[in-house]
Amino acid sequence: MKIAFTTKGKTMDSEIDPRFGRTQYILVYDTEQESTDVIDNTDTASEGHGAGPKTAQRLMETDAEVLITGNGPGGNAASVLNRKGIKILVGAAGISAAQALEKFNNNELTHF
Amino acid sequence: MFKIAIASGKGGTGKTTLSVNLAAMLSDSESVRLCDMDVEEPDSGLFLNVDQKEKTVIQRFTPQWDEDKCTLCGKCQENCNFNAVIRLADQIMIFPELCHSCYACSELCPKNALPMIPSPMGVISSSRHEQLRFTEARLNVGVEQAVPLITQTHQYLNNLNEKAKFVIIDSPPGTSCPMIHTIKEADFVILVTEPTPFGLHDLQLAVETVRQLGIPMGVVINRGDDNNTLITDFCTANSIDVMAIIKNDRSVAAHYAAGDLVYKHVSTFRESVETIAGRIQNLLQ
Repeated sequence: MKIAFTTKGKTMDSEIDPRFGRTQYILVYDTEQESTDVIDNTDTASEGHGAGPKTAQRLMETDAEVLITGNGPGGNAASVLNRKGIKILVGAAGISAAQALEKFNNNELTHF
Repeated sequence: MFKIAIASGKGGTGKTTLSVNLAAMLSDSESVRLCDMDVEEPDSGLFLNVDQKEKTVIQRFTPQWDEDKCTLCGKCQENCNFNAVIRLADQIMIFPELCHSCYACSELCPKNALPMIPSPMGVISSSRHEQLRFTEARLNVGVEQAVPLITQTHQYLNNLNEKAKFVIIDSPPGTSCPMIHTIKEADFVILVTEPTPFGLHDLQLAVETVRQLGIPMGVVINRGDDNNTLITDFCTANSIDVMAIIKNDRSVAAHYAAGDLVYKHVSTFRESVETIAGRIQNLLQ
């Protein structure tokens, strides 16, 4: 299973970016391979509008089944993610992706 | 047709008050149309007793996905500057509220799978108040973008058979897209401000905007008094004409709140508006 994190850096030690649409990176962790993939999302900083759908589109291309983030996506992005029934968990702001994964495994994150 | 946009940086400085009173007063001697282009909050009409309205529903065009024709090539997404068209693995998603109706996705689709479909965006209505012609553009509730309606309102004015000599445009506040698209077709801009630090700050932004557009302008100071030189100093330093100072007077606010045409009741106010009207008439000579 692939789990996506919105992060401020490129490794599992990076802090979760609380924002969805304008997250700096999308970090995708493959639980079977125990490997990570990084998607650079820093270009959304210059988007006037529509950062949410753009980031959601990138996330869809990763085939992740779970998204772990901070505040949760906005309406437009959520409508993209809902089409695919991706599971969204929020409340992971301020901790690292590795810590967020542990919380996820312990069922300690909030469903969006 | 000489278009005069009445704008400001700061909101609540008296754009509508000046627009309505200037237009009504000027219409005693000239052919005048007042056009309320503050489409998100048009309120000039509150001060006028307008007779039967002639209404036109204004449409905006956004793409609609034709699943049967689409090959999911993704060109639409590449061509959209606003992320309003998103390609997923098995479908195209469209966000009409992000769409700027530029037609790029639709025109550049190799399969014509994104036809542009109309939906109501707002209403332009025209009426008369005594000699004054009046046009109001009103955005529908829930429509996010004001600019497409403002653009169509300018086209509406340009296509009218019966053109007034002066068109006075009550503009949206601020200095962002709605204000810019309202004033950019004007022949002259009047910036209304007030002698406060906020008024000055936003006036500076508005002056910068008008200068970039290269439109001649003048400033009207509302709620002013002779001892406060905050705005006049700025205008002198930047060679901007102060057309008039409308004195701070409680009775102006009282008549405004009652929905009256203030110039009919307050003589100092009338004198200021007369000065502005005279200056506008001189612009054409």
